[in-house]
Amino acid sequence: MTLLSVRGLAKSYGGRRVLDGIDLDVAEHEVVVLIGASGSGKSTLLRCVNLLEDLDDGQIVLDGVDISDPRLNPDIARRSMGVVFQSFNLFPHMTVLDNITLAPRVVHGVPRPQAEADAQALLARVGLPEKANAYPDHLSGGQQQRVAIARALAYHPRLLLLDEITSALDPELVGEVLSLVRDLATTGRTILMATHEMGFAKQVADRVCFLDEGRLVEQGPPSQILTSPTHPRTRQFLHRVIEAGRL
Amino acid sequence: MISELQRERLAYRRSRARRSTLVALVSTLVFAAAAYFAVTGAPGWPRVRESFLDWDVAVASLPSVAAGLWLNLRVLVVCAVVIVALGLLIAFLRSLRGPVWFPLRALATAYVDLFRGLPLLICLYLIGFGLPGLRLTGVPNDPVLLGGIALVLVYSAYVAEVFRAGIESVHPSQLAAARSLGLDHRRTMRLVILPQAVRRVTPALLNDFVALQKDCGLISVLGAVDAVRAAQISAATAYDFTPYVVAGLLFVLLAIPSARLADLAARRAARRQGAL
Ligand SMILES: Nc1ncnc2c1ncn2[C@@H]1O[C@H](COP(=O)(O)OP(=O)(O)O)[C@@H](O)[C@H]1O
Ligand SMILES: [Mg+2]
Repeated sequence: MTLLSVRGLAKSYGGRRVLDGIDLDVAEHEVVVLIGASGSGKSTLLRCVNLLEDLDDGQIVLDGVDISDPRLNPDIARRSMGVVFQSFNLFPHMTVLDNITLAPRVVHGVPRPQAEADAQALLARVGLPEKANAYPDHLSGGQQQRVAIARALAYHPRLLLLDEITSALDPELVGEVLSLVRDLATTGRTILMATHEMGFAKQVADRVCFLDEGRLVEQGPPSQILTSPTHPRTRQFLHRVIEAGRL
Repeated sequence: MISELQRERLAYRRSRARRSTLVALVSTLVFAAAAYFAVTGAPGWPRVRESFLDWDVAVASLPSVAAGLWLNLRVLVVCAVVIVALGLLIAFLRSLRGPVWFPLRALATAYVDLFRGLPLLICLYLIGFGLPGLRLTGVPNDPVLLGGIALVLVYSAYVAEVFRAGIESVHPSQLAAARSLGLDHRRTMRLVILPQAVRRVTPALLNDFVALQKDCGLISVLGAVDAVRAAQISAATAYDFTPYVVAGLLFVLLAIPSARLADLAARRAARRQGAL
């Protein structure tokens, strides 16, 4: 069953087309990975899906509802999506526990004791059971990102959007975050993620999409896209990635 | 246990520190002596001492001036609370986006432009004498209340701008994170943006608080018997300016704790920035 369907999505900044007619479907329980050079539009695509940007054209259909319809309240559509950002974006004035329980309490009306119990369970799941009362500044990057993932899971979103969530991490901290995402993938989460970790994409993705200058030029199973791409731009990109030693 | 080398270094640092203290002490004494002789050696000094620093007049005026200061203090506290609330509201109105809010946004902008440009003294006269002059029923004519209203009007415009600068200093990624969780604009502001903004602008707000402390003395122009007015009355009866000095010193004493608090807040804010 299709959970997310992007149709003809276009977005410009100051006259420059950053997304140029994107069509993309994500089925329930599917893990779809976006790859492409820096500036190819991956983050913009994810932000558009979450309605953090106004679209110039096209549709975002989530669970059969056109959430890009301006007559609908975007705050309600966002409740069924969880976003994790490259730079964590935890709230620095709140403890880890308050960061995680904020949306359940304030948006979803979960009573505080239950929200906190759920958050504790989530913290145990992301391997940080003892950090509930810490402030984000006192955590390592890897720990902050795991808290950010817990925050995005806390209200049981149908779709997870992950934007290069390991790019801001020191190399030795990448593993702990990726293994958590692998965990989520195997438990049937629906994930749309941008990443530069090709090895990870190969193992976890059901499908890989290659973005180039705002167009989705090629998509398919990782075994095909990452080893025998058909489009010359994809080949070029992967060639550069291999040279940089990232595949 | 520390090494011989480190012991030597510590001894050297201590001797340097002793020398610095000594230099500071000597230069302070020299400076104070020079200032003392310059002032007391001035040709008009005896007359100034008599009419500004008369001990008996000071003692006689102290009770009424202190009672006036108590009024200033109460005006200060009430105004400060109202100013913070109104300033926050105006800053919030100015942060609203979308055409529906245009009238409110425009109103808030006009308010800030008007009262930031208007000299406080003129505002005091206009509110203090103009408002009762309308002879509308329900309009107060208590000079303390009218003076307080004028202070609130002018200072809220400043404080709103301080809050707005704070709101804009919070990184847009915080806004994106809050919205992605499904929070609406109002909750995003209240729970995510404003708490961070307020922390950042606390030093600036405390500075405005110190300024408000002394501007509270201006309500005397409307006839409120505050510290300044009480000093004026004492000065007129004693034919001596000493009560003004008494009132001035009391205002300074009142400002010192707030000024120290502002310094402390600024230091803490700087440390927090450095830690990030
Ligand atoms: N808010 C913005 N204003 C102007 N240009 C932007 C903005 N956000 C992104 N861009 C531009 O859009 C292009 C795509 O950016 P992005 O989606 O971040 O790419 P990616 O995530 O694939 O690296 C880039 O050229 C970037 O400079
Ligand atoms: Mg990006």
